[in-house]
Amino acid sequence: MTLLTTVFAAIISTVIWYKGAPDSKMQVGALCWMYWGASLMWFIDAVFEYAELGAEYFAPAPLEMLNDLYLGLSVVALGLIIWLIILLVKDPKGVVKAALFRKK
Amino acid sequence: MACFLVPAVEAVVTSAITRVVKTREKEEIVKLPAADGTSCEAVKIKFSQKLGWLNKLLIGGSGLLAFEHVWHGEVVPYFPFLTAVKNGETAGMLAEMGSAGVGMAVLVTAVWCGMVAVFSVMEKKTLDAASLQEGEKA
Repeated sequence: MTLLTTVFAAIISTVIWYKGAPDSKMQVGALCWMYWGASLMWFIDAVFEYAELGAEYFAPAPLEMLNDLYLGLSVVALGLIIWLIILLVKDPKGVVKAALFRKK
Repeated sequence: MACFLVPAVEAVVTSAITRVVKTREKEEIVKLPAADGTSCEAVKIKFSQKLGWLNKLLIGGSGLLAFEHVWHGEVVPYFPFLTAVKNGETAGMLAEMGSAGVGMAVLVTAVWCGMVAVFSVMEKKTLDAASLQEGEKA
């Protein structure tokens, strides 16, 4: 479930990036790399788990699934927070600078 | 247990390589065909930039995986930071790092290699089309 949540986040962020490309003022690219990187790594985790559990891997207990979804959503939220920090620090539109220094 | 450490270490190594490559690279300008039939100059993507994609995949992925390990209590904010080490399961942890961790690093690197290969073919095709157009004009 964590893998699935992250893959969906990666796909959605890639579509948003593509819509805005080549102008990357919103730094959505950073979000894409982060989610795709995590998705690939969790995929390997899933492969190892499948090798261990077999078909049982696809029939998780409801509570376990809920916990994994909760983790997946938390991961997506963390990714968004990191992206927001990158966006505000890089400040490509100069909004933060404009807010800090008012013109006389 | 601590599988995310393998791609994280790879990220440190590739970041260092990127810095070295960046200092040695020069800008390469190529002529591309424009939509109106004329040609325009464009800057070719540098290898250091392509290496940067790998860094972002590795850093982003291992960062989010580290959060998952904190979630599951496998990483703690006090010494020795890894629960497996504290519980005397170091051998198991190293075995997992050698299997899943290495697998993660290999898959991410393989995907990046695939991306770079596809983009190189696309670049070559575009440049071939541009040189063909230039030849037709001459």
